[in-house]
Amino acid sequence: MLAATGYVGSRIKRREDPRLVTGNGNFTDDFTPAGTVYLHMLRSPHAHAKILSINTDAARGMTGVLAIITGEDLKKELAGPIPGVPYGTISTVPAYYPITHDRARFVGNIVAAVVADTRANARDAAEAVVVEYEVLPVVLDMEKAHKGEPTLVHDEMANNLCTEIELGNDVTEAFNTAAVTVEARFVNQRLVPNALENRVALAQYHQGDESVTLYVTSQNPHIIRTLLSGQIGVAEHKIRVIAPDVGGGFGSKIPAYAEEVIACIASKKVRKPVKWTETRSESFVATTHGRDNIDYIRMSATKDGKITGLDIIAYCNMGAYMSLLGPSVAVLCGVIVPGPYAIPNVHFKAICVYTNTTPTDAYRGAGRPEATYMLERTMNMMADKLGMDPMELRRKNFIQPDQFPYFNVVALNYDCGNYEPAMDKALEIFGYQEMRKTQEEARKQGRYIGIGQSTYVEVCGLGPGSGMTISRGYDCAVVRAELTGKVTVFTGVAPHGQGQETTFAQIVADQFSIPIEDVTIKHGDTEMTPYGMGTYGSRGTAVGGGALMLAIDTVKEKAKKIAAFQMEANEEDVVFEGGKFTVKGAGGGKSISFQEVCLKAYIDPKMAPVIEPGLEATRYFEPGNFVYPFGTHLAAVEIEAETGDVKILKYVCVDDCGNQLNPMLVEGQIHGGLAQGIGQALFEEAVYDSSGQLVSGTLMDYALPTAAELPTFTLDHTVTPTKVNPLGVKGIGEAGTIASTPVIVNAVMDALKHLGIKDIQMPLRPEKIWKALNGGSNSSNSAGAREAVVERHFGEDNK
Amino acid sequence: MIPSAFDYYNPASLDEALQMLAEDGENSKVMAGGHSLIPAMRLRLAQPEKIIDIQGLRPHLSYIKEEDGLIKIGAMTTHYQVESSELLKASAPLLPEAAAVIGDVQVRNWGTVGGSLVHADPSSDLPSVMLALDAEMVLTSVKGERVEPALSFFSGILQTTIEPDELLTEIRFKAPAGKKTSYKKLPNKASHYSVVGCAAVVGVADGKITDAALAFSGLAEVPLRFDELENNLVGKSTDAASIEEACKGFASGVDALEDLHGSQDYRRAMAEVFAKRAILAAVSR
Repeated sequence: MLAATGYVGSRIKRREDPRLVTGNGNFTDDFTPAGTVYLHMLRSPHAHAKILSINTDAARGMTGVLAIITGEDLKKELAGPIPGVPYGTISTVPAYYPITHDRARFVGNIVAAVVADTRANARDAAEAVVVEYEVLPVVLDMEKAHKGEPTLVHDEMANNLCTEIELGNDVTEAFNTAAVTVEARFVNQRLVPNALENRVALAQYHQGDESVTLYVTSQNPHIIRTLLSGQIGVAEHKIRVIAPDVGGGFGSKIPAYAEEVIACIASKKVRKPVKWTETRSESFVATTHGRDNIDYIRMSATKDGKITGLDIIAYCNMGAYMSLLGPSVAVLCGVIVPGPYAIPNVHFKAICVYTNTTPTDAYRGAGRPEATYMLERTMNMMADKLGMDPMELRRKNFIQPDQFPYFNVVALNYDCGNYEPAMDKALEIFGYQEMRKTQEEARKQGRYIGIGQSTYVEVCGLGPGSGMTISRGYDCAVVRAELTGKVTVFTGVAPHGQGQETTFAQIVADQFSIPIEDVTIKHGDTEMTPYGMGTYGSRGTAVGGGALMLAIDTVKEKAKKIAAFQMEANEEDVVFEGGKFTVKGAGGGKSISFQEVCLKAYIDPKMAPVIEPGLEATRYFEPGNFVYPFGTHLAAVEIEAETGDVKILKYVCVDDCGNQLNPMLVEGQIHGGLAQGIGQALFEEAVYDSSGQLVSGTLMDYALPTAAELPTFTLDHTVTPTKVNPLGVKGIGEAGTIASTPVIVNAVMDALKHLGIKDIQMPLRPEKIWKALNGGSNSSNSAGAREAVVERHFGEDNK
Repeated sequence: MIPSAFDYYNPASLDEALQMLAEDGENSKVMAGGHSLIPAMRLRLAQPEKIIDIQGLRPHLSYIKEEDGLIKIGAMTTHYQVESSELLKASAPLLPEAAAVIGDVQVRNWGTVGGSLVHADPSSDLPSVMLALDAEMVLTSVKGERVEPALSFFSGILQTTIEPDELLTEIRFKAPAGKKTSYKKLPNKASHYSVVGCAAVVGVADGKITDAALAFSGLAEVPLRFDELENNLVGKSTDAASIEEACKGFASGVDALEDLHGSQDYRRAMAEVFAKRAILAAVSR
């Protein structure tokens, strides 16, 4: 199906990189239309406080100040609050106003906005706004919040409950009759997405036609356009949303945000373009966080290791308000929780709770890392209890190739998979048995080496037309063959690091047998592309690539018609090969190039009565199912007993994302995913103190792994193409993150197992491991005091 | 992030800088490399009225030399200059070793020795090194020069005994001739400042320690030395077991710092571990 001119499947360097690494990218903050003024948000320093009064008098008189907007002011202009998609038992969604007017519910909640001629003047004026607060008790602990906590984040939400989601079947019998059971409580800690580019919004209200242009750091500009219309009361066809170059998102740039609404309304008010640029410190509290679950899990099995049941109660922290996909993340966890194992009885219940913290939403993997972490940790605990090697337990419970399509009891039909070959390949590359011997030897010398495993399947390529609860799932592409034989593609997906400007060009070049230099991929402007759903959930190539293939096919059909006309041949006798349309059969031999066909399509007057001018197609692709990448990851770690530090000795992964369009980009996606997954296991954590202040609120305290903290990764793959889309591809954007977190924690637990240490909650900071080794308690979720060091480093100093 | 408004001065000579400090040192902040001050200003934790940017003094205050039996380092010397100094590598390798583990390349290329010492961050690396070397700070004002030992210079978190009208112009110390030295640190995973760091200057004769100067970063509000530990080490063999034994428990009474990256207990325990590592690394040279 993929014509072979050799671009697809090749390790072609990303075409977007030269412009990005030479500073020639165009990010939202790079756009500054004439007359642009600047927006600064005044945010609540309290996690929970009643706003008694706001005095803006002094601020209004300050240099350059054009407007100060309070929650009450904004409410008058607002058509609707920030939207969240409900799911489960939910009956009420408390209104999330861009500027709160009654109470501040998390540190960072916006209480006023200042517009001024410069960023500095806007910030100075914001400091002169006087807000009188009555500080209220805070709700932070999800489990307590849900069980009779007298303080409510929203008065109308009893027990601080957002929603409950229940999936699966009845597991009672499985556990009543089980020979072996294990149970655990896992804390899947809160993470801060930390995209390289912070969020930015540049809004321009056009007085002339009462329309709005919003440049914004978004993963899904069309969805933002629709949602924005509902918030600012401007009709959708009068809104243009542009997501130019976007520097990473990891899910945090999916939701609708307060700041873009405020920017639009402010622009209308001051009649100038209004720009808001988030600072890194601001991003830590104002951009959605990820994870933050407490998972209770139990698993049952027969004596010989057949898993019979899985039962989960997951507390999911929504934060102070419901962000766009808050509860949906819990759904994505529940639907994949049985993983690659044939488990007949599975029950999943999510309890989504409000607390006085930054709202949570999708973060790379979104629900699937949580599911995989608890499942893969529990698999190892079960293996220990059964006295089996963890890999044998996995092998024994894998869904077998002849069982596909396989219904996983909870919700999903896995279309295809072949788990054992990937596992065997990983075991071989890793040298599993050898490493066991090394571990044994090391133990004799008092060194702690451990081996960790994760065999995962994930669900991505969001989504199928009928498989998603809130919307159809599809994407679109326009393929336009230009008069000169060049091809421009407009895609509805919104790559922001994934590399579709390269992979899509590879496809187009191969399909038309033209040089890749003749192809341009455009994205991110609602006025340029048809309605697209954007990029998240590893859907860009799996869904957007499908639309591209359909549009290419349609262009080819018309091109063939034109070629037949030009060569005075029957259409059925014309074939497209090697960049030429050639007449086959008797009297054949004539040919015409793709480029000539393009030219004729636009200019040949002879075709006027017969064939419509132009050569382009718009197609939508709506897959019939999700896709299910899978694989096996293995790691060996060594614990330095004196300090508790973890050193990763070896990391091997064998992933199966079906056909690989560009192995270099696949590897890049896996590398990035591994960094973030290992980051969760060892380094990263959003820590709140007892008053709801984000203690790890800067990069001085929030430890993002760098290359120096990570090992060399050994990557390999198997290829099990899916039939769900025309390319046979399965998304690979999130697999690294999903698989790697439990691998590292399993490895550390394996290293410490013989000492009787059973569990240490993530992240595995050296001190926690040191404490465990020295018999200390590890009930605390963070090592040491909940105190930031940033003020100590940068506080008011002498000179 | 945007700092609050300030007046900016860039004196071209030491005299000019000292004059400015004499006039309004209380409301002025001296900026050397700016690696600590600028973030503080951007976070608005520091809102100085006046910035005296002493980049113009680099030509005068950036040097490493040996003179009158002392090694002298100009306050505007960068960490990279220290790290790569052949003079220091030969006569005081402790300093290049420590400078090489400060922050990252950008920090080392721009951050200055003087700036780091006057900022007096308890988790930064150079203060403890200067303490272990018994270095002296040359503090200059319009009134003249005074010399303050490192031991009394650091007075608290981000605090030193420098007066508002003074500028740190030079750091000087006697080269630790014949001594064995090393700097070992446990970096904080986020910022790579020291959770605990130990600078060791050790004398060895006939396989036994004759004298030891050990100073610790990150452990407490100021860099610390421990007489008991240093005395205890004298006469000990240089094997791992003896050194470990000698380091045991010395930090147990310290009022240690405590944060996300290490509790008091952890820091006290790591002080012992890194004392041992620094001494072992030193004596093995």
